[in-house]
Amino acid sequence: MKVALFVPCYVDAFFPEVGVATLELLERFGCEVDFPLDQTCCGQPMANSGCQSDAHDTEALFARNFAAYEHIVTPSGSCAHHVRDQMTAIEQTAAVRAVRRNTHELVEFLHDVLGVREFPWAEFPHKVGLHIGCATLRGLREASASEIREPAFNKPARLLGAVKGLQFVQPQRADECCGFGGTFSVFEEPVSAKMGHDKVADHLEAGAEYIVSPDMSCVMHQRGCAQRAGLPLKFIHVAQVLNGARA
Amino acid sequence: MSRVDHAEASSKFIEAKDHAEFHDKRLWDLRKKRDVESEALPEWEELRSLASAIKEHTLTHLADYLEEFERNATTNGMVVHWARDAAEHNQIVFDILQAHDATTLVKSKSMLTDECEMRPFLDNRGIEIVETDLGERIQQLDDEPPSHIVVPAVHKLRGDVAEVFGRTIGTDPKNSDVPYLAESQRNHTRPYYLRAQAGMTGANFAIAETGSFVVCTNEGNADLGANLPNLHIASIGIEKLLPKVEHLGVFVRMLSRSALGSPITQITSHFRAPRPGTEMHVVLVDNGRSERLGMEDFWYSLKCIRCGACMNTCPVYRRSGGLSYGSTYSGPIGVIIDPTFNLRKYSSLPFASTLNGSCTSVCPVKINIHEQIYKWRQIIAERHQLPMVKKEAMRVAGKILSSPRMYRAAVEAAAAGIEKLPRFLVYNPFNAWGRQREVPASPPSTFRQWYLKNRGKRE
Repeated sequence: MKVALFVPCYVDAFFPEVGVATLELLERFGCEVDFPLDQTCCGQPMANSGCQSDAHDTEALFARNFAAYEHIVTPSGSCAHHVRDQMTAIEQTAAVRAVRRNTHELVEFLHDVLGVREFPWAEFPHKVGLHIGCATLRGLREASASEIREPAFNKPARLLGAVKGLQFVQPQRADECCGFGGTFSVFEEPVSAKMGHDKVADHLEAGAEYIVSPDMSCVMHQRGCAQRAGLPLKFIHVAQVLNGARA
Repeated sequence: MSRVDHAEASSKFIEAKDHAEFHDKRLWDLRKKRDVESEALPEWEELRSLASAIKEHTLTHLADYLEEFERNATTNGMVVHWARDAAEHNQIVFDILQAHDATTLVKSKSMLTDECEMRPFLDNRGIEIVETDLGERIQQLDDEPPSHIVVPAVHKLRGDVAEVFGRTIGTDPKNSDVPYLAESQRNHTRPYYLRAQAGMTGANFAIAETGSFVVCTNEGNADLGANLPNLHIASIGIEKLLPKVEHLGVFVRMLSRSALGSPITQITSHFRAPRPGTEMHVVLVDNGRSERLGMEDFWYSLKCIRCGACMNTCPVYRRSGGLSYGSTYSGPIGVIIDPTFNLRKYSSLPFASTLNGSCTSVCPVKINIHEQIYKWRQIIAERHQLPMVKKEAMRVAGKILSSPRMYRAAVEAAAAGIEKLPRFLVYNPFNAWGRQREVPASPPSTFRQWYLKNRGKRE
C-alpha cells in the first residue's frame, strides 16, 4: 500500500524522531511510504486564529502536495482533524475533498485502515499515562469522551495494550485538556501554563513514569511544564512506543 | 468601549492561589457529580437529542408559540408585556412598579435582568432592590456581578463572604462558619419579603399551551418573593418557550443534573395565574435574540437552558473565573453569546478557549459550542478585530508556511537552535512560552534532513 507521510512543522523542527518512528512503523506493515518534499503545514495555526485568508495558500499547498495519494498519514491528531474537518479556506474541489477524506492520524490509520492489533517487536516496561489530545479525542473520536454516555472505546489504548510490559495508570481527570491549544499557549499563557502544570501533576500523582501521546504538540507543552517544575516525567510519542522504543 | 483582556484578567485570578485552586476543584466537583447523575439515566443521550430537537422546533416556530403563550397567559389573568430591548424592559418594570407605588422589590435569580442592567436603572430611580438568592445577595452586597450563572459567588471563599457580610450586614467578619453566614443572611433578608410591595422572578421555562411559566430553585427564595407581595413580575427571555407541558419532563430531568449534579432542583414552581386580589406581570424580552435567531451559524446558542454545565467542565473557565470574561455571560456559552452584544468589546473571548470541545459534549441541549467559538474567530478576523500583533503574526506565518523554501529556512533555523521556536510561534510578545515552560531542545537535524540523508535515494 502506498502512503504519503505528512510530518507537521513542529515535529519536523523539534521531534524528528517521531517522524522517523512513524515512517519505520508504516514500513514494518509493508507500506511504501512517500515523503513529499515540498510539504510545510496544514494551515491550522492561521485557521484556528480565524485567519482564513492567511490559511488559504498553505492549505492549497497541502492539497497540491498530497493530491496524488490515496492514504495520507500524520503523527498528529490536531493536524489530521484540521485537514479532515476544517480545511475550508480553499475551494472544495473534488481533489481537495479527496485529500481531506484520505488524511488520517497514525493511530486511526493503523487501527481502522490497516486493522493491525499486534506489535510483536514492541516492549515498553513502564507505567504509562496516556494523553489523547482533544482534537484526537473529540474531533477524530479515537476514544470515548468522559462526558458522553456511550460504550467505552479507546483506539490508542487498544494498540498500546498490545505492547509487552506497558502498564497504564489513570490520572484523576483522564481527558481534561492540557492547555496547549495552538496559539492559545502563548496568547493565553497564564491559563495555558496553569492547565499544563496541573495536567502533568495529575499524571505524576497517578504514578506515571511516561506520558505517551499521539499528539506531540500537547507533549511539547506538557514536557515544557514538567521540565520547568523539575518533575521526573518522561514523554514519548505513540509511534515510538509502537515501533519498539524501550525508553 | 474598551476590549475585555481575558488573558490579563486570568493572570490576576491565577495569582490568588488558594482561590484559584478552590474554584477549579469546586467546579470540577460539580462536573463529576453531573457525570454520576447522567450515568444513572440510561436514556441520557436520548434525552439530549430530544431536548435539542424540541428547542430547535420551538425556535423555528417561535412567533407562533409566543403568541400562543400570550393568549393563554392573558386568559389566565396575567398581564403580558413585550420588550424589544434592555431599555424597554427596564422601563416596563419601572412603570409597573410606579403604578403600584412599589418602592421595594425582592428579587430572585435572573441572568436576564443582569443582561438588561436593570438593578442600576431601578436604583437610580429610587427603587430598593434586594437579591434573595444567597449567592446573588453576596454579589450584590459586594457590588460585583455574578461570576457563574448558577453559582454566582463560586469564586469567593467563605472567608471572603464573612468579610463582605461583616462590612454590609453586621455579622462577625472573623466568623466564616457557613451555617452562621447563611442564617445571618436569611435573617437579614426575611423582613424585606414582608416589606416589599413587589416580587420579581425570572423563568426557566414558559409553556405556550398553558400560558404558564416554571421557576426552578433550591432556596425557596423565589416562592417567598413571588407569593408574599401582591405584585409578581417575571422577566422572561423569548427563547425560554416550550410548546407543551409534556416537553417539560425532558428539561426538568436534565437541568439540575447538568448544573449541580442533583436529580432535580429542590423546588420547581409552576406559575399559572395571579392569586385573587394580586397581579402577575410577564415581560417577554427580545434584547438581540431575534437578531441572533437570524444568524445562520449562531442561532443554536438560543437553545441554552442556562445550566452552566459548559462552565463547570471548561478548563479555561475553571482557571480564570467568571469575572475575567467582563460580561454577564461567561464561560463557553458566554464566549458565543457575548460577541452578539458587542463584537469589539468581547473580541478576545472566543480566543479564551483551547477548542477542546468538552462544553459541546456536556451541553444538555447539544449546542455545538466549540464549533461556534471557532466560527466567531473567523468573524472577528474578517471584521478586523484581531489585535495587531496576532494579525501580523498570522500574516507572516501564512507567508512562510505557504512557501516550501521559506518554511525550510525557518524550520532548519529553529531546529538548529538559532531561534528556539518556529518564527510563527515566537513572532512577537511570545517569550510567553518560556515564562512557565521550557522550550524544546534542538534536535541533531530536522526530519526532512534526516529523510534526505537516509531515504533520499528513493526520491
